[in-house]
Amino acid sequence: MAEVNNQILGESISAQFGNQVLSVEETYGTLDIVVEKSIIIPLIKWLKTHDKFQVNFLTSLCGVHFPEQNDRELSVVYYLHSFINNIRFRIHVFLPASQPEIPTLTTLFAGANWMERETFEFYGIKFIGHPDLRIILNVEDMDYHPLLKQYPLVDATRTDKDDKYFGR
Amino acid sequence: MGLNTSKLPNGPEMYVGEGYGLTQIEKVIGMARANSIWPLPFATSCCGIEFMATMASTYDLGRFGAERLSFSPRQADLLMVMGTIAKKMGPILKQVYTQMAEPKWVIAVGACASSGGIFDTYSVLQGIDKVIPVDVYVPGCPPPPEAILDGILKIQELIKNEPLRRRESAEYNDLLHSYQID
Repeated sequence: MAEVNNQILGESISAQFGNQVLSVEETYGTLDIVVEKSIIIPLIKWLKTHDKFQVNFLTSLCGVHFPEQNDRELSVVYYLHSFINNIRFRIHVFLPASQPEIPTLTTLFAGANWMERETFEFYGIKFIGHPDLRIILNVEDMDYHPLLKQYPLVDATRTDKDDKYFGR
Repeated sequence: MGLNTSKLPNGPEMYVGEGYGLTQIEKVIGMARANSIWPLPFATSCCGIEFMATMASTYDLGRFGAERLSFSPRQADLLMVMGTIAKKMGPILKQVYTQMAEPKWVIAVGACASSGGIFDTYSVLQGIDKVIPVDVYVPGCPPPPEAILDGILKIQELIKNEPLRRRESAEYNDLLHSYQID
């Protein structure tokens, strides 16, 4: 079996999807691929069904908030792993905060179900086509997305901390 | 008078004569309750590990009459909340409390149960006294077994000196109402 490394993987993805692949970089030995939202599902499906790459495992899926990036405020990161080739890499998609929507990955990986619910809960990213997009970790009546950086981390119900004793 | 004042070990003062002792029934009941607590451990994190040491042979909570842990709230006297309580856990804690029969006491062990501790964040209840009334707070992060034992001794003092009619009093009912517990 021909060995699969970061260079072969990056070049193959760029050749297959052309200019919809925005950048391919290596960070501390792991490949970081930034792509357009429109190809995220076809790309992962292509990787999963590819004869050589056989990317068969979704390790993790999460959101990131970059409030200073205009029209690229939100990011979804897919952390994929090919057990067969022992290679893992990340795929990034950037979304504008005004339209935080992306197609669901549950059509390819059932394990994406809870991860997408968590990402929706904390960042408000809507996964179009998700079978049951409810919040999963916090109290059911949570009415905001707590990891968006416009919300304070400190709890508003805290009563025992007097700011003057804590230098705030 | 011919009566001597005496004190039972760990018990109330009484007048003793030939073959009898004289004291108030409230104090006898207080002594009995204080020295036979059935605690319900509600342990969610590292304070729970300290509680395991408190129950084990070196510290041995059994020496204070609390040998028998009750894992059903129906038979428990003392709810020991040890650890971080997430906001999602709040209603469950309240349900456990309401299932306990009167008279009942609550001890908040450690910084998290007392005030939220270092978890000053959106998902953590900022002290269990936001959902249920608390009798004794034990400081520490986590408190050592000695501190938990000290909290138990404080609870015992409260139990010994509690008036028999306290649980029927208007003040106590107002306290429960303030937590929406009937």
